[in-house]
Amino acid sequence: MARAMTGQLAMGGEAHAGAAEGLWGWLSTVDHKKIGIMYGLAAFVFFLVGGVEALLVRIQLAAPDQSFLNPDQYNAIFTMHGTTMIFLVVMPLGVAFMNLLIPLMIGARDVAFPRLNAFSFWVFLLGGIFLNISFFTGGNIFKGELGAPNTGWYGYAPLTESRFSPGEGVDYWMLGLQILGIASLAGGFNFIVTILNMRAPGMTLFRMPVFVWMSLVTSFLLIFAMPVLAVGLFQLTFDRLFDANFYNAQLGGTPLLWQHMFWLFGHPEVYILILPAMGMVSEVLPTFSRKPLFGYPFVVFSGVAIGFMSWGVWAHHMFTTGLGAAANSAFGVSTIMIAVPTGVKIFNWLATLWGGSLRMKTPLYFAIGFIAMFTIGGLTGVTHSVVPADYQQNDTYYIVAHFHQVLFGGALFGIFAGIYYWFPKFTGRMLHDGWGKVNFWLMLIGFNLTFQPMMVLGILGMPRRIQTYPDGIGWGFWNAVATAGAFVIALSVLVFIGNFIWSLRKGEIAGDDPWDGRTLEWSIPSPPPEHNFDVIPVVHSVDDFWHRKYVEDPRGLPVRVPAGAAIAHGDGAHGDAHDAAHGIHMPNPSYYPLVAAFGMPLIAFGLIYNYALVFVGALVLAAGLFGWVLEPAGPEE
Amino acid sequence: MQATTTAESHLETSTGLDNRKLLMWLFLGSECLFFGSLISAYLLYRNRNTVGPYPHEVYDIPFTSISSFVLLMSSVSMVLALAAIQRGDIRAMRIWLAATALLGITFLSGQAFEFTEFYDKGLKLDSNLFGSTFFVLTGFHGAHVAVGVLILSSILARSFQGEVRQEHSLAVELAGLYWHFVDIVWIVIFTLVYLITPQ
Repeated sequence: MARAMTGQLAMGGEAHAGAAEGLWGWLSTVDHKKIGIMYGLAAFVFFLVGGVEALLVRIQLAAPDQSFLNPDQYNAIFTMHGTTMIFLVVMPLGVAFMNLLIPLMIGARDVAFPRLNAFSFWVFLLGGIFLNISFFTGGNIFKGELGAPNTGWYGYAPLTESRFSPGEGVDYWMLGLQILGIASLAGGFNFIVTILNMRAPGMTLFRMPVFVWMSLVTSFLLIFAMPVLAVGLFQLTFDRLFDANFYNAQLGGTPLLWQHMFWLFGHPEVYILILPAMGMVSEVLPTFSRKPLFGYPFVVFSGVAIGFMSWGVWAHHMFTTGLGAAANSAFGVSTIMIAVPTGVKIFNWLATLWGGSLRMKTPLYFAIGFIAMFTIGGLTGVTHSVVPADYQQNDTYYIVAHFHQVLFGGALFGIFAGIYYWFPKFTGRMLHDGWGKVNFWLMLIGFNLTFQPMMVLGILGMPRRIQTYPDGIGWGFWNAVATAGAFVIALSVLVFIGNFIWSLRKGEIAGDDPWDGRTLEWSIPSPPPEHNFDVIPVVHSVDDFWHRKYVEDPRGLPVRVPAGAAIAHGDGAHGDAHDAAHGIHMPNPSYYPLVAAFGMPLIAFGLIYNYALVFVGALVLAAGLFGWVLEPAGPEE
Repeated sequence: MQATTTAESHLETSTGLDNRKLLMWLFLGSECLFFGSLISAYLLYRNRNTVGPYPHEVYDIPFTSISSFVLLMSSVSMVLALAAIQRGDIRAMRIWLAATALLGITFLSGQAFEFTEFYDKGLKLDSNLFGSTFFVLTGFHGAHVAVGVLILSSILARSFQGEVRQEHSLAVELAGLYWHFVDIVWIVIFTLVYLITPQ
């Protein structure tokens, strides 16, 4: 179909034909690399949206008694900032890397279910757009009437009930998150099957790169955590749209039900956000230290332990709700315990750096920044596990400082390390290293200027979620510093964008293996061909590609294998490259995932505005799914 | 539901388990958390109703026992459908698939009847906590049964187009996994929600 379209358009002019082919190609692609790039770019656009929202919040709080945003606007903006950064930025950025890297790292030609993968992306994109459309539903947006949800990213009931939050904002929030949950579930299922089933010969579980391991744990957390959130959101949906009583206190409903549901999802979610970043850092550090990762099994098992333990800590979000001393003690202890596997990882990363011949490139800067900032974030987290201390910290800026320290200082620094590290693999060009370091230092300085003052503000008793504060109680100075820091972060992001655009066109040509990498993705061309591997590699050890390039001398130091033998595909692979190239079947492109995905926001709009639209949406969804099931996925034999 | 000629289906998988089968197991694992959360909400709210109607005023245990029996028997016919396609007997498979779908529809009709009865006795979604938790939990279960009926009917329809042959038994097997799961969830719901009736 794409070919026919191109043919018709070609008569109109060559330039258009090329563009059309490109656009149609992207809309129907099932290639994990293209989907990963789209995931990343879409999440980055949402990152800019969420970043602007953060700046608006910081401008409002820069000095006492300001009215830059009125309380309604402030509530909407901070809610959308949190919701956006978690569901539309950090999660999908992690998923973007999982898409790009998992098949390459395990020696597969694509994910197990390429169309499900495309479906996941389109549902995510449409869900994110749906959520942001809520801004326009509050009246005249040009007069500052924002319709966006204004109940915080955690959406505590009963504030989210129609009685207390009339208007459509919360409807958009609950239905939007439901849609995004479907995208996450589809991704989670797909990655688990891919990792368990699609590994190259010899790629046993304990030869997999740590990033793949962390992706596996993340995917399991996704498929078990998202349904819990889905149920909470469904209950809210029935309350708001059909007058059910799940959170109606007059009839005996309890807000604690929502909190249990939300945080039973919400705490595994925290690790869904951080584990992919930990995986990326675990790839970057060995490459730039020119040493294997210290204690590979320990890092892997720690990640798995974190995955299990993340299910037993949720009530530390609820210490002040009166669960009782026994529950508080138990969750306090489990919260202390989960710091152990996390601490194990930090020491393993440090030991990886220790004694390595460090190459101080931008990815390593961000990785070390990750370790330092995440350690502060982790330690402030441990302080919450002490229940009496948490009584004081609860709902103060200390909490805000803590979770930004782990989500920005942790997850985002890790993701930036990943972007600088893998950019050459997928574009064929290097990001500029000098500007990368400018990017890093601005971000590190801006980050610390923004969030360390929040620790102080929390200790000084400044509560979260307040739109303004009076003069003369000592909060003005630190707030001003934090606002200045936020603009330094914004500057660092601008530097990154500039570097990104410049490097795409003029960056140094990377070659296959610019960093002297250790994992399989560096053994193939940059950018990789559609089928990834001409010959599926056979794996003999952890860091297999490194061992193809280096042997050890008697003192245990690496010695390069002579050029020519370096990228030896032979090595026991099935048949030779020439034969294999004929037999590669790649999945067909398909529009049906996009069609099916379009059904979701239609159903959601229908639930808010007109039930007739629900049926239209359901038909579109069903049409997409049936078309999908009935079309052949690969070339006919 | 046709076993498509996907690129991956020609390859051996690392675990030896078919990709689609693994996907179904993971999906069912995820569904456990979904129904687990719904059931937990029901149990948490079990004795917190401040106004009626209360469960013992509306339940008709003999009736629901019969419709539960119908749903359980559908698992037997599902197994027979799978056995039929695995030995290549397409005609028997059609009969048993149709029987399974019909038993499912019978169960759904029973549920529709039950909902109407409850409604007439004054139990609505917005009456009290019981109404909200009961209708949402059993409603989601009913929706799962309905999706199952749709899947079975689709396989049946494809079989009349000659598209379901012995080598496609995996499609029936996966539909069966889903169907049995929905049955098992009903056993839990019937026990916890109906039999252990609060006052």
